[in-house]
Amino acid sequence: MGLDLAVEVFQNEYLPRGAAEVDAIVTVTATGAAARVVPADAAEVIIVDTSGSMGFPASKLAAAKRATEAAVDTLRDGVWFAVVAGTDSARVVYPRAGGLVAADPRTRLAAKQAVRRLRADGGTAMGRWLELADGLFDGYAGGPRHAILLTDGENQHESPHELSRVLEAVAGRFTCDCRGVGTDWQVAELRRIAEALLGTVDIVADPEGLADDFRSVAATAMGKAVADVSLRLWTPEGAGVVLLKQVSPGLLDLTGRRVESGPRTGDYPTGAWGGAESRDYHLRVRVRPADVGDRMLASRVSLVGPSGDVLGQGRVLAVWTEDSALSTRINREVAHYTGQAELAEAIRDGLEARKAGDVGRATAKLGRAVRLAHESGNTDTAKLLAGVVDVEDPGTGTVKLRARVADADEMTLDTRSTVTKRVRKG
Amino acid sequence: MESCPECASPVASQDRFCEACGRNLRVQRTPVGGPGAQWPPMCACGGEEFDADGFCEQCGRARPSARDRVEFVLPGVAGVSDRGKRRQRNEDSMAFGRVRGRGVAAVVCDGVASSERAEQASQQAVDTAADVLLTGLQSGMDAEALTTDAVVAANEAVSRLARPEAAEVAPSCTFVSVVVTDDSATVGWVGDSRAYLVAEAGAARLTTDDTWAAQLVAEGVLTEEEALTDRRAHVLSRWLGADSGVEAPQTVTFKVQTPGLLVLCSDGLWNYVPEPEDLLEVLPRGVPPIEVARELVEVALKAGGHDNITVVVVQLRGGHGA
Repeated sequence: MGLDLAVEVFQNEYLPRGAAEVDAIVTVTATGAAARVVPADAAEVIIVDTSGSMGFPASKLAAAKRATEAAVDTLRDGVWFAVVAGTDSARVVYPRAGGLVAADPRTRLAAKQAVRRLRADGGTAMGRWLELADGLFDGYAGGPRHAILLTDGENQHESPHELSRVLEAVAGRFTCDCRGVGTDWQVAELRRIAEALLGTVDIVADPEGLADDFRSVAATAMGKAVADVSLRLWTPEGAGVVLLKQVSPGLLDLTGRRVESGPRTGDYPTGAWGGAESRDYHLRVRVRPADVGDRMLASRVSLVGPSGDVLGQGRVLAVWTEDSALSTRINREVAHYTGQAELAEAIRDGLEARKAGDVGRATAKLGRAVRLAHESGNTDTAKLLAGVVDVEDPGTGTVKLRARVADADEMTLDTRSTVTKRVRKG
Repeated sequence: MESCPECASPVASQDRFCEACGRNLRVQRTPVGGPGAQWPPMCACGGEEFDADGFCEQCGRARPSARDRVEFVLPGVAGVSDRGKRRQRNEDSMAFGRVRGRGVAAVVCDGVASSERAEQASQQAVDTAADVLLTGLQSGMDAEALTTDAVVAANEAVSRLARPEAAEVAPSCTFVSVVVTDDSATVGWVGDSRAYLVAEAGAARLTTDDTWAAQLVAEGVLTEEEALTDRRAHVLSRWLGADSGVEAPQTVTFKVQTPGLLVLCSDGLWNYVPEPEDLLEVLPRGVPPIEVARELVEVALKAGGHDNITVVVVQLRGGHGA
């Protein structure tokens, strides 16, 4: 397939006597000719919310239609695609015959015409939308399978339990980027879907911005060369993976996604990879401490393609030493991403406390977040925080809650709290 | 009737070579290159599979090096070298041999940890020195002159390992040797590896350390006790290597009149038993040299094993250090 994944490990392998936990940042970078690799059978399903609320104001549905058309225009010739309209049920808007159709000038035009005829009416049951998409992807197992899901509201017409059941069933079958338009949707709900389906979640507060956003989401999806890449972790006997978290470009906890794939070996899904992308993962392994002076392979990290081929490999080591000058050294990559995870947590805790009316806790948490964003140079998040609190001193995290905060500002901060600032490698 | 140590064929006591396999019967010596690349087949956990980088597929630990624990035994002389409990590598080396009818030669070198490829330095030094000493023993050369030749040759060999662009970390090591003939023994040394003599009457240290601290003691600036705890205690004033400038060892020759043991060791042992009386107290009696060496290494390991430990024990006049 021509995709090479270079694996780099950043860690302090020196541990004090008796220490059992090894932390490392694993950077995976796709390289080589992959940037130009065009998968034969990429598949794309665009899911547009057409519930009644999309008609209020009418400009929201109009913007969603324009965005869908922009996404359709971005599809490369030969990509198998469909457009789905979602309400309390789901139906295929195009192609009429069901299934997927190969993109070409004629099918793209027909799809856009069908989209223009959409009307807003009915409820919201996202699980059913995803189930329909999953059925459409059937038979396209080879290439990247991707969906865009757009909604403006809450998942009112099915229970959280029903959504969970669907997510469990479709996870690993395709990836899905979620977009919320306006401010009436639930950040936690879309995040759950995006995390389960290894995609992103973002807010498009102003419907006018939707077309550009869809175009870029579809373009990124078109850039994927290989689907179903797994991170394979070997750990020694008596050892275990404490956590595996994607930490860049965004936070995504993969710890619970382990599938055993051999003795002392487990696979974690990472979705599809494009030719020119790089991601960072935080890995923490618990090992049986060995003697001072001993050297141990704490984990062998492999990137494994869909057919089991190893695309790249790295090593996480542990060396026990009495030399505290070595063992107390803090690895800057690990420290940076530990800070970014703490930043995201502080924002979420702060916003929750704010909603609950706990001013003291909200001020403390959001102040902590301001300080962490400042210290790590995460200016994007710092700006979003400034929409919710008045910052007196970013260095100490001295802030005051704003009396009036626009819903869009708060939701944007919440949604993007998991977007990390990438570490500058030393 | 004796037998060939190589192929076990019967040989006569006057034979110089084995009729069956051609082995030189006059000289018996430890393998050149040390334990070399003979990897232990198994990890400490019992695992037998290792990945391409030498990590155990079961417990993840790096494959143990053959150098981690080395034991060599020849008639009347034996040695044990151990990585200890703190260091990642064993940078000590030892080599010894015997020439039938002439005597025994033994060398211990301790690679300087702050230099690069220290284990290569010490191995190169003991191999080179053992060659010179055993060849000289066969031709009956003067033991002191022989010891100086051995040090000069070893120093040159170690110096050749240096990279011109990294002179400040040129591979380096200490040196202590003994040449034992029928009636005398000659000890030579550079650095802080030591030789002790243990006899019925008691024990004595035969070497004086080439360290800054020892020099200060000699000049009366420090007492022995102060020197042991001084941070300069182990800073060498002489060593072998490209940057050493060493031309000759210090030597001492003495008559061997009574049975006893000669103990060569690296500082991994003597740090725990510095005084001859300390050594005497822990030294087992009435056992063969290999048992003495094992026990002394064990003493150092039990006391913490902070450094590599190497002990070579030579029997004098059939003595057991009783």
